[in-house]
Amino acid sequence: MEFNEIVDGLPEPVRKAWERSLTSGRAALTRRMLLRATVLMAGAGSLAACGIPPAKSSAGEVSDSSVKDLSDSEKVVDFSNWPLYIDVDEKNKDRHPTLDGFTAATGVKVRYNEDVNDNVEFFGKIKPQLAAGQDTGRDLMVLTDWMAGRLIRLGWVQRLDPANVTNAILNLENRFRVPDWDPGNRYSYPWAGIQVVVAYNRKATRGKPVTSVSQLLDDPELKGRVTFLSEMRDTVGMVLLDQGKDPAKLTTADYDAAIARLQKGVDDKQIRKFTGNDYGQELSSGDIAACLAWGGDLIQLRADNPDIEYVIPDQGYVASTDNLLIPARAQHKKNAELLINFYYQQKIAAELTAGINYVSPVAGIKDELARLAPDVAENPLVVPTPEMAAKVHVFRTLTEAEETDFEGKFSKLIGA
Amino acid sequence: MTTTTEAAPPEVIPLPPTKPRRKLTAYWLLLPGIAWLVVFFAVPMVYQGSTSLQTGSLEQGFRLTWHFATYWDALAEYKWHFVRSFSYAAIATALCLAVGYPLAYTIAFKANRRWRNVILILVIAPFFTSFLIRTLAWKTILSDGGPVVSALNTLHVLGITDAIGLTSGHRVLATPLAVVCGLTYNFLPFMILPLYTSLERIDPRLHEAAGDLYARPFTTFRKVTFPISLPGVVAGTLLTFIPASGDYINAQLLGSPSEQMVGNGIQKQFLNVLDYPTAAALSFILMALILGMVTVYMRKAGTEELV
Repeated sequence: MEFNEIVDGLPEPVRKAWERSLTSGRAALTRRMLLRATVLMAGAGSLAACGIPPAKSSAGEVSDSSVKDLSDSEKVVDFSNWPLYIDVDEKNKDRHPTLDGFTAATGVKVRYNEDVNDNVEFFGKIKPQLAAGQDTGRDLMVLTDWMAGRLIRLGWVQRLDPANVTNAILNLENRFRVPDWDPGNRYSYPWAGIQVVVAYNRKATRGKPVTSVSQLLDDPELKGRVTFLSEMRDTVGMVLLDQGKDPAKLTTADYDAAIARLQKGVDDKQIRKFTGNDYGQELSSGDIAACLAWGGDLIQLRADNPDIEYVIPDQGYVASTDNLLIPARAQHKKNAELLINFYYQQKIAAELTAGINYVSPVAGIKDELARLAPDVAENPLVVPTPEMAAKVHVFRTLTEAEETDFEGKFSKLIGA
Repeated sequence: MTTTTEAAPPEVIPLPPTKPRRKLTAYWLLLPGIAWLVVFFAVPMVYQGSTSLQTGSLEQGFRLTWHFATYWDALAEYKWHFVRSFSYAAIATALCLAVGYPLAYTIAFKANRRWRNVILILVIAPFFTSFLIRTLAWKTILSDGGPVVSALNTLHVLGITDAIGLTSGHRVLATPLAVVCGLTYNFLPFMILPLYTSLERIDPRLHEAAGDLYARPFTTFRKVTFPISLPGVVAGTLLTFIPASGDYINAQLLGSPSEQMVGNGIQKQFLNVLDYPTAAALSFILMALILGMVTVYMRKAGTEELV
């Protein structure tokens, strides 16, 4: 590159200054050196500019007031949810009766997207916008409690206006109140509850019941035919309970002990693998004799294969929730709140529960559910019995440092 | 009428474009490609390179501290993942070549024109369904109680593979063999297509000439066909080996915790542990190692006629 090319088109004084700095004075550099230095500086600058700013400073509660809520002028709400996590019309699979009911009642159109497949993947997807303090294009999203806790901690979700969610305040089932990651439900309300239980294929175990996590880890007849879940809190929580520890109060030592117990299972080849939702097929075929499973999945699996049984271990079981959250900078906050409020009516909640077979967080839906779907209302995987409810435990919220530490150890355990 | 006066007189012949101008045109045509590379390759590379040298956490933010130790730590922790990635990918590539070459040869020389297209479509057909679905299908094929595993057990094949560590517990799923099978299947078309294109160009008269010179069919293959198809072999092995060594779906769905590859590590570090520097460093190490291996391979194999 020639000097004239660099300064070409620059105003005369600037051009003169360039010339001076190149040819005279203390800093008389050769042209080549200067060019090289500029390139290097630009390179280092671009590397340094890639630093990721601290999460808290960029978005957060401060931004709430600075974003204009367009709810009154634009009667829409963009709703991101997991696949197969809402009721569908029997005749037209693209229609969701409860969403249609919401539009009829409020005049707000719902743009419903089933684009949440995985908590961490979804977090990876929306993180760049949230970190930069931008709108994600979504007004409402459903994420599992620990991820909800992380988003609240980072200041990336908006506080709900209590005046707009009165149904939720009134009708939230007591045992879902005061989660440690969002005391007082200032930011979130549950969409549905998830239960982790022990499941087995009666044919594959030759009729022998599998009743505890200990048996999963120790029974030689199950060797190589046991799977655990790749969701860290579900797997470790169940092992903690089996070891007599409460996952709601766990310490790092408890966690390490549980990981060591699982590691032994991996080393002895007792544990075949750690799975996401893909365990169903292998449990049904008998490749997996016994495993940890999610309650909602089991209802479908049992309908397809009556040999599949489930057990609530005496030591207890882990439950979690998927929660409705309004991301920072969302443009239709009030519409999203109206939707939360709508789903917290008993009649609507019963309709949703009958459609998805997951635990409803809304109190007093039993009669309505019994009328809509008597078999679902009788199923303890959807409506836990009092004895079951007494055994339920939650995994406590982790600090950021704990989360990094624990996820690192768990990744090592599952081999990745 | 004005249009007639505006029309250029026919005797004016435009001058042929001068040489420098032609050069410039080539660069203009390259511009979209270069812009594409800059935006989707160079910029992300710089970004990941920077990330790999940062320290911090999501809440505190990440700052560039030129922390090169991340590379050593990542390499120390994931050395076996790298070994697994490259050995599985190498075995899968060899199997692809073993399966793909005869098939490509058949399509190019034995099949008539109509069948040739049908077979080629069959080779590409799996791409019409998702990678994930195809891999999940292997769970059914290799199921413990399924016909494949029963047959292998009856023939005592799994006893042998158990002994050499390719399988364990007289099953195929959740063993190295399952992962290698998945990789081989998923990347096979990337081997067959370049092999086919290089074989198809061979003039059949060369075979006749070899026959006239008293070469037996095998000698013809060894001395004539195979050397001419070498560029296809090189292209096919590269197109198979490179994506296979970075793959993580096959290990995740068909492997056990002891078969996880480096791609699984990158995925977990990036998404679950949120240790972006380690994830970025692992990606760079993987890239550097592949680049090194490919360079050595190309030097040995020669690439003058690479398709």
